[in-house]
Amino acid sequence: MKKLAILTILFLSFSVFVKAGDGDKIPSATLKKLDGSKINSNTFSNNGKPIIISFWATWCKPCKKELDAIAETYPEWVKETGVKLIAISIDDVRSSSKVVTDVKTKGWEYEVYLDENQDFKRAMNVNNVPHTFIIDGNGLIVWSHNSYSEGDEDKLYENIKALIKGEKLTH
Amino acid sequence: MTVVTKSWKALFCIFILSFSKNSFAQENHSSDNGSIHGNFQFDAQYYQPDSLIGAPRVPEKMLSNAFGNINYNKGNFSAGMRYEAYNNVRQGFDARYKGNGIVNRFARYKTDLLDLTVGNIYEQFGSGLTFRTYYEPGLLYDNSLDGIRVISSPLKGITLKGLMGKQRYFFSEGVGIVRGGDCDININELFDSLMRNSKTHIMLGGSFVSKYQADLDPDLNLPQNVGNYGGRINIIREGLSFMTEYAYKINDPSSDNKFSFKSGEAIFTSLSYATKGFSFLMQGKRIDNMSYRSDRNESLQSLLINYLPATTKQHTYSMLALNPYATQLRGELGGMAEIQYKFKKGSPLGGKYGTEVTINYSSANGLKPIGVNDSTTKMTFYKTNYSDIGKAYYSDFFIEINKKFTKKWKTTFVYSNQFYNRNTIQFAADNAGYKNLKTHIGVADITYKYASSASIRLEMQGLFAENNKMVSNSNLVAKGSWATALLEWTPSGNWFFAIYDQYNYGNPDKSLQIHYYLGTFGYNKDAHRIQISYGKQSAGIFCVGGVCRTVPASNGITISITSSF
Repeated sequence: MKKLAILTILFLSFSVFVKAGDGDKIPSATLKKLDGSKINSNTFSNNGKPIIISFWATWCKPCKKELDAIAETYPEWVKETGVKLIAISIDDVRSSSKVVTDVKTKGWEYEVYLDENQDFKRAMNVNNVPHTFIIDGNGLIVWSHNSYSEGDEDKLYENIKALIKGEKLTH
Repeated sequence: MTVVTKSWKALFCIFILSFSKNSFAQENHSSDNGSIHGNFQFDAQYYQPDSLIGAPRVPEKMLSNAFGNINYNKGNFSAGMRYEAYNNVRQGFDARYKGNGIVNRFARYKTDLLDLTVGNIYEQFGSGLTFRTYYEPGLLYDNSLDGIRVISSPLKGITLKGLMGKQRYFFSEGVGIVRGGDCDININELFDSLMRNSKTHIMLGGSFVSKYQADLDPDLNLPQNVGNYGGRINIIREGLSFMTEYAYKINDPSSDNKFSFKSGEAIFTSLSYATKGFSFLMQGKRIDNMSYRSDRNESLQSLLINYLPATTKQHTYSMLALNPYATQLRGELGGMAEIQYKFKKGSPLGGKYGTEVTINYSSANGLKPIGVNDSTTKMTFYKTNYSDIGKAYYSDFFIEINKKFTKKWKTTFVYSNQFYNRNTIQFAADNAGYKNLKTHIGVADITYKYASSASIRLEMQGLFAENNKMVSNSNLVAKGSWATALLEWTPSGNWFFAIYDQYNYGNPDKSLQIHYYLGTFGYNKDAHRIQISYGKQSAGIFCVGGVCRTVPASNGITISITSSF
């Protein structure tokens, strides 16, 4: 137990010196594309424009509400800010074949990747879905939000616009 | 107490010290220094005994589950650990989760050519029929492999994986050793020059897993090494996708199969077509004696090496999930078909925002085991035929309509007709003596957004049980018909309040026609959330890894904190 305490203290003191939180690169994890090929999360890029990463699942009602709400204005968002949304499904094998059918039926125009065994979810420290991140033009994670309630998509977009203008993000 | 050995602790200290030195040297924070992130969850409940609803007296009065993950990332390197604490574990979870400790730690170096991990590993081969280690904190499901893993991509399009280790077992490790390898081939990437412009994508894969456990049985001659191997193919062409995987396991006598020496096999197939506004999905599977654990004497959700997914619809509304289905590891035949259609915006049925309709049918049946004469009292043999369909376990016919009327009004309506074989699913015995349950379930979910980030949601659900007269002596068995109402108010994006009433109006015992009231409020900011509930919760069933467990009724206060940083 004593060693455990020392270990914990070391970790805690460590985290004081290296600022934890905003401004870090996307960790590396292997994801599956809908065409079956693989992609590494650390290669996500959008030509210097921001990226939204949204963790969701086919069985998660609030997740689908959020992505539906964004889908209604997504073409405008892309036009105005050049933002790109990457939707990461955490469905396991039981429901992962439903990802493509849901995405196509709904007509979502996002980049969609599968995180079947949740490697990326763990690397990004996501507890529950929906969980949304904003990545700035330099590929750094600058904002994150857990859960969805009506109207959250507007706040998300305010933050994207603020980021484009170089303003500080509010939560 | 913990699975962390001294050498591990030393290793971690060295990591930490070497990195802290770096961070001292460079005062300015830059991502080249690496980053530390983590998450945290704490759930505690204060229990009040309530004999009427069957909530037991909890001697500790308060119980809690908690965990924290800390991960370090720097370029190709990452390391992490998870601490878990149960003081004591909450009702409805396995009581063997006792105490506190570090149950997971790993270090990983990852490049395309070589990806090395030591420590606790989560991995999946194909669809998991031969191997899947997985973590789901909400269910306390964690069968991580503590060992080593190597992943390599020697050629573009080929991924090789090899691993070896022992599985997590509460605060220790299982006795069996698990070894496995997997090869994944993407034909398009491998023959890039030939297939670059091909619209058809073909992926092939094969895996082999073996477990070792010493045979200490005085009577039976048990196999000490049990192999499980599988092959798979996945073909995708534009909207069309076909996937199938087959796995075969040599004889593996275990407490799951009553020490039968029969071999096991599993086949899982899925076919889908999707285009804008329409999709179709079919899944089928047949599983025969495919439980595969690193300890042949284990049960419940412990030490499962593989994953046999259920092919029934995964429900989120509480009444639809009141009687959930889980794959029967001993054997089952299951399938589902789903059609989704979106009536276009502006069409008569689509209205201004479009209307989505989902129709799903799924069912699961047992196999028909045929006894073989060689069986003795200690050793059993049986066989099954592909053409035989056994007892009905579960079926579900489901329709969902999603309709947004205006910017302010959104609705979802669901009807579901379920058949539930309680003896098999809940009690794992064909002759447990309970009647099959037939239910009609209706859900209406209405959201009214009255300001830019403020809304009210009303959810009404009814479950009408056909066998309403069924009387059982166990109050863990859901009883008769139910009506449920939920009113949720979100005055801003940060706060929410909810009142929930689950009314067991159809209970055959009049004195048990109880309202289960539950009040909840929560606060959310960034990636942090706190939620407090007070009230009664009825007994429920949760299923995972092919096993269902019952959570007893409770009455009291629950507090839940989650945070991710």
